Amino acid sequence: MAFDYDKYLRPGKLPHIWCPGCGHGIVMKGMIRAIDTLGLKKENTAIVSGIGCASRLPGYMDCCTLHTAHGRAAAFATGVKMARPEMTVLLVGGDGDGTAIGGNHFIHACRRNIDMTYIIMNNNIYGMTGGQFSPCTPTGAKASTTPYGNPDPAFDVAKLAIGAGATFVARGTAYHANQIDKLITEAIQHKGFSVVEILDDCPTTYGRRNKFKSVIEMMNRLKDIAVPVKAAEKMTPEQLQGKVLTGILYKEDKPEYCEQYAKVIERAQGGAK
Amino acid sequence: MAKKVAFLQGNEAAAHGALYAGCRFFAGYPITPSTEVAEVLSNELPKVGGKFIQMEDEIAAMAAVIGGALGGAKTLTATSGPGLSLKQELIGYACIAEIPCVIYNVMRGGPSTGMPTGPSQSDIMCARWGTHGDHATIALLPASVQECFEMTVQAFNLAEKYRLPVFVMPDEIVGHMRERIEFPEPGEMEVLDRIKPTVPPEQYKPYDTQFGDVPPLASFGSGYKFHVTGLNKLPDGFPTTKADYVQAEEERQIRKVMADVDNIVDFEEYLLDDAEIVVVAFGSTSRSARFAVNEARKQGIKVGMFRIKTVWPFPDKQIKALAGKVKAFITPEMNLGMCTIEVERCAEGKAPVLGIFRVDGEPINPGQILDKMKEVK
Amino acid sequence: MEKKLPTIEIIEKYCKGCHICVEFCPTKVLEMQGFVAAVKNLEACIKCMQCELRCPDFAIKVKP
Repeated sequence: MAFDYDKYLRPGKLPHIWCPGCGHGIVMKGMIRAIDTLGLKKENTAIVSGIGCASRLPGYMDCCTLHTAHGRAAAFATGVKMARPEMTVLLVGGDGDGTAIGGNHFIHACRRNIDMTYIIMNNNIYGMTGGQFSPCTPTGAKASTTPYGNPDPAFDVAKLAIGAGATFVARGTAYHANQIDKLITEAIQHKGFSVVEILDDCPTTYGRRNKFKSVIEMMNRLKDIAVPVKAAEKMTPEQLQGKVLTGILYKEDKPEYCEQYAKVIERAQGGAK
Repeated sequence: MAKKVAFLQGNEAAAHGALYAGCRFFAGYPITPSTEVAEVLSNELPKVGGKFIQMEDEIAAMAAVIGGALGGAKTLTATSGPGLSLKQELIGYACIAEIPCVIYNVMRGGPSTGMPTGPSQSDIMCARWGTHGDHATIALLPASVQECFEMTVQAFNLAEKYRLPVFVMPDEIVGHMRERIEFPEPGEMEVLDRIKPTVPPEQYKPYDTQFGDVPPLASFGSGYKFHVTGLNKLPDGFPTTKADYVQAEEERQIRKVMADVDNIVDFEEYLLDDAEIVVVAFGSTSRSARFAVNEARKQGIKVGMFRIKTVWPFPDKQIKALAGKVKAFITPEMNLGMCTIEVERCAEGKAPVLGIFRVDGEPINPGQILDKMKEVK
Repeated sequence: MEKKLPTIEIIEKYCKGCHICVEFCPTKVLEMQGFVAAVKNLEACIKCMQCELRCPDFAIKVKP
């Protein structure tokens, strides 16, 4: 049976704003399937974003949606979650939004281990503003502001999240569409701050500057570089050169922030410090 | 029954005022000279089931306060000059998205790091125009510890009533000085809550003006699903660039405050009946002004004080009325003339405005004001 | 027994012509007709749902 995405979409909002071949729509569909799998109530699900192409996602979703300012999704979402711990809070956004202007909020949300799921669509570029390099643009790549090749090294978003204290970190790609919902489902189920990085494509502002002939070539590149963590265990460093690990990269049980704060309330009301 | 009294700092009193108003969520970032608010609320909020969070920076604190308010809580952040500058983008967000919240900003020397422990009154324009774009502003200026409490309650009421961020802005002297405070009994001061929608969730529009210029606000997690954005938006909350609509919406967001200005603007008139000279003062400076007025009266000078309690909206009507009657205004302020510009605007050339400006971290003393009175011919 | 054919609905006003469905269909059921995707060879459909799954534009619904 065809999956009924319409059940979770606001009527009359499609077609979405994303360019032909942009993987954001694939990620949104994965997110919807995850919401459906878990049977989340739409009115009890908050979807929070910053600014950028990926951050337009909440507008299409028939939930409590909050399109905030550039980079600030995690900080706004922290307020929502603190006020409404019973809500499922999802964050969505791109690599520039999340790791540059929003980098501080990102690492601190990881550190607090507050029970929210951050889906970060990493297409290696600032798409909405026309293709400037982001902290996730590979060294040497061309962007509208790196006409001679990017001198900056790039962030590894997953490693950044793990280093900052996120307790569930996964990575997928827009090519591996049927894995996206499974990663997001597990991430939402995990108690604590979970990060799902989806390697994505921006044919319009990244592909055409970096000698990708088509959307299909960009998708096939995602297929080629992805190595499931299990498979990687049997591979040599040489074989892993230029590859990216996918699947659940890290999982740990640690006290969750809202639960920790509930204990603060208990101590305060019991008069103990 | 005798009232509960205490000997408190202005900042501590403000924290208790927030609790009285029903604030149940505080997000902040440590900054001198406002930190006592965070310290008190970190202790008191969990006792009443509220939440306190220290965020990673000033911007995050403002963001969390807006998020918490959307979750249905009455929310507060506290800061000072550099933090107020950092928060500006999201203050604009709260304005356009019409999210009620309170910003308690203790004024210290600036610009930039300036004088962290020195008093000033130089943030009033930052509160009014710090964020980009057109918007209405409500800002209150307490002059005593009692007022830090009461104006914080009032700020929550105004934020809830008009759906916008409201500022309480003591100067550092008021924020840090200690005075006797009488706590109002529960119910003694009015406490307002935002208007909630009465329509069923499927009919709800977060910016539906059919009920007036301040649309009802639902909370996330209360059964209502809706969209909130910092973009110009339609009544249903979704972005628009329709020229007519955007213009009308911007105007409504200002009108919702300015049409009710007489109910918002608060002030104190001190010995104004026969006054030929009017000192327009606020915050700690008004305490020096009151002393100077009393001294001058003893010397036979007909002088009074107009104390600004609500700086935004500015008391235009009141100053304009005085301008036709008085010989001169004297405007002492701990900045280089921010309020003076406004008094000059309202005076419309009918009376000279003599400023006393001080930005050296020292208070304006009564002698300075008295000397200025004697300059008036 | 006659093979029951699926229906593949392509919502033309959503389709942006990215070619993803055409390219990743393992049995080459779809083709581009002008700027939008179209069904060329329904008989070959093995109901793998890849086109629906991968379409970034919510433009394909497959009923097996």
